[in-house]
Amino acid sequence: MTFSAADMAPIHAPSISYAALSPMLIMLGVACAGVLIEAFAPRDWRARIQVPLALAGCVAALVAVVLIRNKHLTTAAGAIAVDGPTLFIEGTLAALGIVSVLLVSERSLDTAGSALVASAAVAVGSSRDRAQATTTRVQTEAYPLVTFALSGMMLFPASNNLLVMFVSLEVLSLPLYLLTGLARRRRLLSQEAAVKYFLLGAFASAFFLYGLAMLYGYAGTVDLHGIFTASAGSDKGDSLLLLGFGLLVVGLLFKGSIAPFHTWTPDVYQGAPTPITGFMASCTKIAAFGALLRVFYVAFSSTTWDWRPIMYGVAIISSLVGAVLGLTQTDVKRLLAYSSIAHAGFLVVGVMALSSAGLSSTLFYLVTYSFSTLGAFAVVTLVRNSAGEATHLSQWAGLAKRSPLVAGIFTVFLLSFAGVPLTSGFIGKFVIFRAGVDAGLGPLVVIVLVASAIAAFFYLRIVVLMYFSDPPEDGPTVAVPSWATQIALAITTLVTIFLGIVPQPILDVADKAAHFVS
Amino acid sequence: MSGYWLIALGAVPLVGALVVAGLPTGKDLLAKQIALGTSLVALVIAIIAAAQFKPNGARFQGNLSWTWISSFGVHFAVGVDGIALVLVLLIGVLVPVVVIASWNDETPGNRSPRAFFGWLLVLEVMMVGVFVATDVFLFYVFFEAMLVPMYFLIGSYGGPRRQYAAMKFFLYSLLGGLIMLAAVITLYFASPEHTFAFMKLVGTVQPGYQKLLFFGFFIAFAIKAPLVPFHTWLPDAGAEAPIGGAVLLVGVLDKVGTFGFLRYCLPLFPEASRYFAPMVLILSVIGIIYGAIVAVGQRDMKRLVAYTSIAHFGFIGLGIFAFTTQGGSGAVLYMVNHGLSTGMLFIVVGILITRGKSRLIGDYGGVANVTPWLSGVFLFAGLSSLALPGLSTFVSEFLTLVGTFTTHKVYASIATVGMIFAALYVLWMYQRLFHGPQGEKVGKWRDLSGREAWAVGPLLVLIVFLGVYPKPILSVINPAVKATMHDVGKHDPAPTAGSAAK
Repeated sequence: MTFSAADMAPIHAPSISYAALSPMLIMLGVACAGVLIEAFAPRDWRARIQVPLALAGCVAALVAVVLIRNKHLTTAAGAIAVDGPTLFIEGTLAALGIVSVLLVSERSLDTAGSALVASAAVAVGSSRDRAQATTTRVQTEAYPLVTFALSGMMLFPASNNLLVMFVSLEVLSLPLYLLTGLARRRRLLSQEAAVKYFLLGAFASAFFLYGLAMLYGYAGTVDLHGIFTASAGSDKGDSLLLLGFGLLVVGLLFKGSIAPFHTWTPDVYQGAPTPITGFMASCTKIAAFGALLRVFYVAFSSTTWDWRPIMYGVAIISSLVGAVLGLTQTDVKRLLAYSSIAHAGFLVVGVMALSSAGLSSTLFYLVTYSFSTLGAFAVVTLVRNSAGEATHLSQWAGLAKRSPLVAGIFTVFLLSFAGVPLTSGFIGKFVIFRAGVDAGLGPLVVIVLVASAIAAFFYLRIVVLMYFSDPPEDGPTVAVPSWATQIALAITTLVTIFLGIVPQPILDVADKAAHFVS
Repeated sequence: MSGYWLIALGAVPLVGALVVAGLPTGKDLLAKQIALGTSLVALVIAIIAAAQFKPNGARFQGNLSWTWISSFGVHFAVGVDGIALVLVLLIGVLVPVVVIASWNDETPGNRSPRAFFGWLLVLEVMMVGVFVATDVFLFYVFFEAMLVPMYFLIGSYGGPRRQYAAMKFFLYSLLGGLIMLAAVITLYFASPEHTFAFMKLVGTVQPGYQKLLFFGFFIAFAIKAPLVPFHTWLPDAGAEAPIGGAVLLVGVLDKVGTFGFLRYCLPLFPEASRYFAPMVLILSVIGIIYGAIVAVGQRDMKRLVAYTSIAHFGFIGLGIFAFTTQGGSGAVLYMVNHGLSTGMLFIVVGILITRGKSRLIGDYGGVANVTPWLSGVFLFAGLSSLALPGLSTFVSEFLTLVGTFTTHKVYASIATVGMIFAALYVLWMYQRLFHGPQGEKVGKWRDLSGREAWAVGPLLVLIVFLGVYPKPILSVINPAVKATMHDVGKHDPAPTAGSAAK
């Protein structure tokens, strides 16, 4: 283990290892710069500056993660932990950030030039709203919002202290609430989704904060390791601990869209602009599970017996709810939302394993799942009719005849979700269930496998529609995207196939990363 | 023999499939020629591999192994025993036959036949992979991945209810596969070896795990085979699949189930196999009788053939779980012969359907007057299906029943009744189709064409040859079956008369 020079500073003086924090600092800097550009750059220049800036920020963060890949320390008076899981997640987020920014920057799909609205505050149905429906003016405030959210997501799983975790939860959530309301088409749906997400999200944050207070009352500290020490071998009454734990976990389960705290997911995924949905579905999931992992592995690993039965139920409910309700969906985006709930249930198995295999398998699964999901939403942006994206499943019938390539790419993602071998999803399922079996969760693994067989039904239903049905007369067209979406699709497809055939390199990285600093 | 022949056997169709995938639209004829060419090359490679196989040599030959995913101890490991070898040969024979038989098939909605032949070659790669894999994880990968090409073959090129049939096929198999996945994962922990290499796992699985793991594997294989009551997907898939797909589905894919019993369930979980054997035997006997009775009542020719297969798989299950060398060898020989005879039956049914444009038996009648050659070939395929002495299927059915009779007299006796039903469904179907008053639709149909003769000819020759002289196949199968019976800890009862097939 190598320690940086900054780590040698005296313990009583709070010191900050800027090198270790560099990925999130880069993202924050880019986000602030983005705000300044919005304020001062002339309108015509903004898009030309914002997109390269956001991309450069993500690339720089990725490079920074690679440079500090061996860091294993806590900094800022123990409030932030920079260790394997943190860096792994930061790297994944930076890579996904590149793909997400590419999708958001796509300008040739929508006739109006962007998937995002020109001015979100205009009342729906007013004359100004009708005027802006045809305008080709493109706003660029999405880029600083995305980068702010990314920096929050990077800090969230790195928080070694519940207060920092709460702050980063808000940093990542607030931009997402705004972004949800920015869809150019179907404004009402988008605004409703934003309000719903905001209200429920605020509730969840309040739960989190309440739990934090309880835990402080129990342990006298908000430090995760402090909670661990206070609860290990303590003979104090643990009602405060359990109450605090329960409330805290509600907040985290909400962010990870894990049932029974998933109800916002389908509405928000459907209402948000599709590139943003992809961003949320992949990056938020990673950040939320990163934080869940740290909370469980660092703070609550000594009270396993208290929470294991609850999480057992959560894993079963989430995988079954996602799989069963997904069967009845008729909208592609809602269907992918239920798929994300089901996959959250599978991921909980890895969290519950509470072993280094569980940790590394969860990290690996997050990579496989998030790249496939982002790619799937990228495909959704391509299938359009005159009213925008054609997300109703009936309109996807016979897509393979119109565009064999797009249908083929989508099939790769769907097979990966279904866990068919030679795709990344299979290896992900294998590692996570292997860790589950090793940790004595055999019965749970079998239940979750049955749920994944149910979920396979609705993935296949889309394949059936695309390949075996005849296209409707007034069916949608498959738009030809610019290089941005093409690159995004190429990256996500290649990752999905590559990790299905040669998973060893990323497995090695995940194995190496699977140690929390205490 | 060199393991590189086995690699080549998978690689050649793969290259062919990639070339077909890269062809521009409209090059349908070229796609067919490439498919035929590569599948014939694969057949030659399979024959070379078989010629180099030493029947009395090591149990597994042509072993090659490379580390694939070191984190799970997974190897890309190939090798064949006698059982896998004959099944690989069967694939080698059936794929070119299917290509020839499907040459002029009409595709629903004018879909490009190019993709059909591409998927066919992909399927060949996966099927070969399933049989030559000697790493349980690798086997599982091929076992599941095999579903994808068959799913597209049924769903894109099948009959009117193809969507339903493809979905049902995939979901049934996937459910079984996922339960098996749980067992595969547990298998790694259930053995102190901590490996997926088949040869190292044999005899090391802890007794406490065996029943659970056996069950996990058994469900997947019973769905695939299919044994009653896991069979309901087969009549739909078999009836809706295009003829070429149906031949490979029933001829080879379903064999993966019975192959799985022999290769994985018996040697890895001997105690559990002995424990569950009575249950499997009862299911097999039910399958023999039930499949045959339901087949008699079918009006749709393809469904009828699918149901006969359920009865035949009952015989195979019986032979395997009787735990005698004769029964086991009979079962393996049955797998090969069933592939040949049912494959042939499906092809001639398909030829008849291209003439009459109907799958219903009632739409035909008196066809023998119009197409005497087709009628003859049909009768031959039917007779081979009911195990007429002198044809290869008789040898295997006889061996299976004799092998079962030495240990389980009651089951063998009941199963024999199935042979009577077999005569009923085959001959009654033949009678309704080819004799009696001429059906309304039956007109001036063309008799067997040259291409069609080339599709059924090789199968006909093989069925007769193996019926008269099964020794080349049996001499390869016997040592492998003996080794399997040794693994399961069962020894043949002392023969009271001379033992067959030595």
